Amino acid sequence: MDRVKTEVLTGAEIVVRCLQEEGVEYVFGYPGGAVLWIYDELFKQDRIRHVLVRHEQAAAHAADAYSRSSNKVGVCLVTSGPGVTNAVTGIATAYMDSIPMIVLTGQVPTHAIGQDAFQECDTVGITRPCVKHNFLVKDVRDLAATIKKAFHIATTGRPGPVLVDIPKDITTQRCEFHYPESISMRSYNPVKRGHPGQIRKAVQLLLEARRPMVYTGGGVILSNASGQLRELVKTLGFPCTNTLMGLGAYPGTDRQFLGMLGMHGTYEANMAMQHCDVLLAIGARFDDRVIGNPAHFAQNPRKIIHIDIDPSSISKRVKVDVPIVGNIPDVLDEMLKLLAAALCEGRRPDPAALADWWRQIDEWRAKDCLKYDRSAAIIKPQFVLEKLYEVTQGEAIVTSDVGQHQMWAAQFYKFDRPRRWINSGGLGTMGFGLPAAMGAQLANPGATVVCVTGESSIQMCLQELSTCKQYRLPIKIVNLNNKYMGMVRQWQQFFHGNRYSESYMDALPDFVKLAEGYGHSGMKIERPQDVEPALREALARKNDLVFLDFITDPAENVYPMVPGGKGITEMILAEDL
Amino acid sequence: MRHIISILVENEAGALSRIAGLFSARGYNIESLTVAPTEDASLSRMTIVTSGSDDVIEQITKQLNKLIEVVKVVDLSEAEHIERELMLIKVRAGPREREEMKRMADIFRGRIIDVSDNSYTIELTGDGAKLDAFIRALEPGVIMETVRTGTSGIGRGNRILRA
Repeated sequence: MDRVKTEVLTGAEIVVRCLQEEGVEYVFGYPGGAVLWIYDELFKQDRIRHVLVRHEQAAAHAADAYSRSSNKVGVCLVTSGPGVTNAVTGIATAYMDSIPMIVLTGQVPTHAIGQDAFQECDTVGITRPCVKHNFLVKDVRDLAATIKKAFHIATTGRPGPVLVDIPKDITTQRCEFHYPESISMRSYNPVKRGHPGQIRKAVQLLLEARRPMVYTGGGVILSNASGQLRELVKTLGFPCTNTLMGLGAYPGTDRQFLGMLGMHGTYEANMAMQHCDVLLAIGARFDDRVIGNPAHFAQNPRKIIHIDIDPSSISKRVKVDVPIVGNIPDVLDEMLKLLAAALCEGRRPDPAALADWWRQIDEWRAKDCLKYDRSAAIIKPQFVLEKLYEVTQGEAIVTSDVGQHQMWAAQFYKFDRPRRWINSGGLGTMGFGLPAAMGAQLANPGATVVCVTGESSIQMCLQELSTCKQYRLPIKIVNLNNKYMGMVRQWQQFFHGNRYSESYMDALPDFVKLAEGYGHSGMKIERPQDVEPALREALARKNDLVFLDFITDPAENVYPMVPGGKGITEMILAEDL
Repeated sequence: MRHIISILVENEAGALSRIAGLFSARGYNIESLTVAPTEDASLSRMTIVTSGSDDVIEQITKQLNKLIEVVKVVDLSEAEHIERELMLIKVRAGPREREEMKRMADIFRGRIIDVSDNSYTIELTGDGAKLDAFIRALEPGVIMETVRTGTSGIGRGNRILRA
């Protein structure tokens, strides 16, 4: 009857076997006392490759970006105590952007828990607010099922990081190993299909729209719904904007794309958001950086349709008329079906109204809100990104850190496909870019991976240059070096009377020598005419990490800008100053 | 507006702190919280009394539902329900106050469950307002100690919360 030979394994063996069963290729981690037995098992096998980072924060970022850039699940493994606390920033980063990720952490032996043991911390307590769920395994017999649950929870519903805390004694205890094929939990059953009545209502609203707008966020990317989104927007002929997290869901080069919206969004995208009469929001959450002041946003009447897998994202900051809770691709498939039927019957949005709306949008577009001084003698950061886009032909995977360079990358690099733009949108974690590039490169061997960063951000996870050397990751680092924490300086210029309190980055290292010190090569670029040749040279070096240190205009600002607390149409434009 | 939220939750270590943590992290207010296992030992039932605008209450129930260990959430105050709270109150009951204190307990249908030379301990159940009223009815200074369980609630009639 029982054909399967039962195996008795140690906890450490079970951990590794579970990861193998899940098809995990890479584990990003750092060993330590509490996880020694797990590392011992990793050593004895060759199906899972371990990537040794130089700081646990980077393990979490790399695993996170591995997920973001591939739709597979990133896994990281750290030891108890400081291993965990170092990883917390990375876990919180993944949580804020709803990235599926598994975090395995060592814990002191069960008998030592609560005794203030060496390298003990309350991992479950510390990480509780920044994970989708976490577990402490107290019995080796629960280990396999717990890891299965972790993968299940991380990847279904609204995704997120799930942490499994494993005490050291559990990794040496033995039990029969059985990896469940599927798991069901009475308390966790995320919805899939949207309510048919609501979907019908939504389609009806779209057909009646005279000034429609489609606004989509990270949810479209996470649920792999870009195909359906494109079809829907094309079928309807509507304008579309993406959030910072949603770039690439709709092609950045398409005429119907109005650019990113929000605090540093385009004039046309923000104006269209404010003045539309029907807004279709998909996998986006109307956050403060996107719609600014909700009271100002509510001043213009519009009907809002909101599709999201997470009911708590709906009507949180903005009242919604047609809420649709469901898995985005499934909901969009249903909408497309209804839409096709309507079009067959000759029901379509009023073409004259739509033409008027596009005329209005083109007027807004004519403002050319992203223009900058192209004749400057000093390198403009926007120019570097435009050239990067040209030289890579828009085909690179771009990771970024946080600040001005992140916004310029989002504005000037046009992403035509999803999972190419990897950045920390929610938490805004400086130091994300380089370890993220490692994860993205390993998930996409052969792809061009560029880390767009700044002289301040890059220094927050700089040690990972060593990891890049060890694993021969040919990342191209585009450092927009303006000697300031640029975004901080910009706010200080606008809102703090030019008092540049602690935002100047003094005593910067020689980045070229620094890269060389880690066994890579570097270039310093100081003149606009050298930007393109340097990029071409760096990108031609397919097997090398090249650190490009672009000395850019320290006074440049990101425009447009919606000051905090203002409405999204209350933008500061370059021309206003 | 005051709301009574009933929650069925997996009876697991950490479930309570997840729920309490959610309230503090998102700035929701907790007036009272009670929790104990149900007839099914794998489930606990929690009653939280909170207050907030309709939007806030909607978010609270949605956020609670998102917690992995939460099986069901219902806002009891949306419909007919019964709520009760238990209070144990120790009051001064020397020779002079003894008779009066007994009478007060009777009026509020409280029971004296412990007696000493100079004190009574009275058990009183009812909704929160009744317990408040009892406290107000006593002369200040006679109360030595109070302990209240916080509100428990249940729907009326066929309104049932089950997993």
